[in-house]
Amino acid sequence: MSQTGSSIKAPLVRVENLSKHFSVRIGAYGETKATVHALDEVTFDVQRGETLGLVGESGCGKSTAGLTMLQLHRPTSGKVFFEEEEVTGLSDKAMRPLRRRMQIIFQDPYSTLSPRMTIGNAIGEPLWLHDLASGQEAQERIAKLLDDVGLSPAFAFRYPHEFSGGQRQRVCIARALACEPEFIVCDEPISALDVSIQAQIINLLQDLQEEYNLTYLFIAHDLAVVRHISDRVAVMYLGRVVEMAPKEQLFENPLHPYTNALLLSVPVPNPRQERLREHTVISGNVPSAINPPSGCRFHPRCPLAFEPCDHVVPEWREVETGHWVACHAV
Amino acid sequence: MSVLLDVQELQTRFQVRKGYVYAVNGVSFTLEEGETLAVVGESGCGKSVTMLSLVRLLPPAASIENGKVLLRGEDLLELNLRQLRDVRGGEVGMIFQDPMTSLNPFINIGTQMAEPLVYHRGMSKSDALARSAELLEMVGIPDGEARLRDYPHQFSGGMRQRVMIAMSMSCEPAVLIADEPTTALDVTIQAQIVELVKELRDRSGVAVIWITHDLSVVAGIADRVIVMYAGYIVEEAPVDALFEDPRHPYTIGLMGALPSLTGETGTRLTTIGGSPPDLVDLPDFCPFHLRCPYVIDRCRKENPMLEVVAEASERGHRAACWVDIREVNIESNAGAASS
Repeated sequence: MSQTGSSIKAPLVRVENLSKHFSVRIGAYGETKATVHALDEVTFDVQRGETLGLVGESGCGKSTAGLTMLQLHRPTSGKVFFEEEEVTGLSDKAMRPLRRRMQIIFQDPYSTLSPRMTIGNAIGEPLWLHDLASGQEAQERIAKLLDDVGLSPAFAFRYPHEFSGGQRQRVCIARALACEPEFIVCDEPISALDVSIQAQIINLLQDLQEEYNLTYLFIAHDLAVVRHISDRVAVMYLGRVVEMAPKEQLFENPLHPYTNALLLSVPVPNPRQERLREHTVISGNVPSAINPPSGCRFHPRCPLAFEPCDHVVPEWREVETGHWVACHAV
Repeated sequence: MSVLLDVQELQTRFQVRKGYVYAVNGVSFTLEEGETLAVVGESGCGKSVTMLSLVRLLPPAASIENGKVLLRGEDLLELNLRQLRDVRGGEVGMIFQDPMTSLNPFINIGTQMAEPLVYHRGMSKSDALARSAELLEMVGIPDGEARLRDYPHQFSGGMRQRVMIAMSMSCEPAVLIADEPTTALDVTIQAQIVELVKELRDRSGVAVIWITHDLSVVAGIADRVIVMYAGYIVEEAPVDALFEDPRHPYTIGLMGALPSLTGETGTRLTTIGGSPPDLVDLPDFCPFHLRCPYVIDRCRKENPMLEVVAEASERGHRAACWVDIREVNIESNAGAASS
């Protein structure tokens, strides 16, 4: 289901000026203190039932955004609301009942399952922790969850090493679903998988969303995948969201020069088109988040950069209904 | 154009505790001067092992059981190690997926780059360093001379890959083998590297073997494409023919599984059910039959040979499939592959 208007109904999750900085030590002996600006003053919301895609290159802060929304990282400043209830600042204990309603699926299904735990126990653990089921009832729930993600219930007694990457990712999805969450952060859930397996997992996530009315924050670096699965898409660059729009608008009418550059960088799986296409590749690298450029963080690489870009931070504004952008040149 | 590299019936297997893993099973292909050949397939399909076998850069557990690798008529599999060393980095350059692990972190870039020039070209150290600085500028690293003193950790991922490319091209190889050179990189950096390789190729006329799992990258760089599955070549075609008229069900499956940046959204991706087979036995059936929507009885009993299916170019379009998929209605058969 697609929600083009940004504020038709109350969002499920909303973040306001969210920042997360990490203190690090740099230099050969760690003698210099520095701050990594992983996430800076980010504001957006996720509507109930939608999939918000979050794209950007490595190190742009997209995973930090997901983890900070779930309070797995405590934010440096800013607020996160879940159903209009502020969750920033809640104690771990007060957070516990809310955790049942927000879950996460990680990129690497090899390192997120304990090798010493059977699949059944891995999936059942959230049930026991949240007192949702026990005994026979829990076993039935586990069997149902395995069935939901397309695995045989008999697998409950096997160990992770007996499964392929795609199957393990299915187990991780079943575990995330165990406590009937409303909101799931999918942090690059298909990046470690082969193309044919990726398609299976994408289809599975879409089926489950329909069946259980789930809300996804889908973090990925692959624009084609994000276009396929999302209702709205937010593009991040060096700790800031630079553009957010319903996917049709974002892909057909990208306003921010970085979004445009990203789209032009994606190869098209069609040799004739690829030969005709303009190949203006964006030069340079993503600068360090330790000492990010002043003003608009994209200005050193931006083809449109002009006078205010290097000292004024562009305002995050809505240029059309639901289409947000932070750029002086738009 | 003349044939530069002629690989015949190459077979490589790995010794494991329980027996053997058959990674490459009778692979034959040719590479012409100046041509770019892409090799596509999923993890474990044998694409990297095939290319590493060409210059025998294999781990100890692997052995080449059969085949010929003729580079300008000379069989690389017959050479002794000393002769082979002249080929590696000389006639055949290589770039790997992860530039961090292919460069020595303790040695500065200049020394590492000069080494092949001194070895293969007999240059003096100072000439080699001067040439290395030029090469760095050529691959788009400004201030090459100063950067020679830098160590690998002082370069970003994309820059390290540029260094690797400069090194592999330094002795003007006839063949450049690029093993997933952009897989570890971000999409904007990937675009830069692809453009760089294309530019160098067009300037120097080197023949490129580009190994990847990403069909979209293939579309932009390849002249011809080989699709591998379970250690076999299942389809080989000029790039246009492959994308417009794929003949192997696996190729079709791969293309359907690929979301795109244009066209309809809201459609479901077609998937290939199941996962690739173990390679512990040489199959006497089509290795793809368990996942194939077009499967017929014959597929379960005999492994199809790679045969010409269309005369798309002089060397044609080859596929290994018992079924002429153009004559089958996929809907009637689709149940076989649903997962």
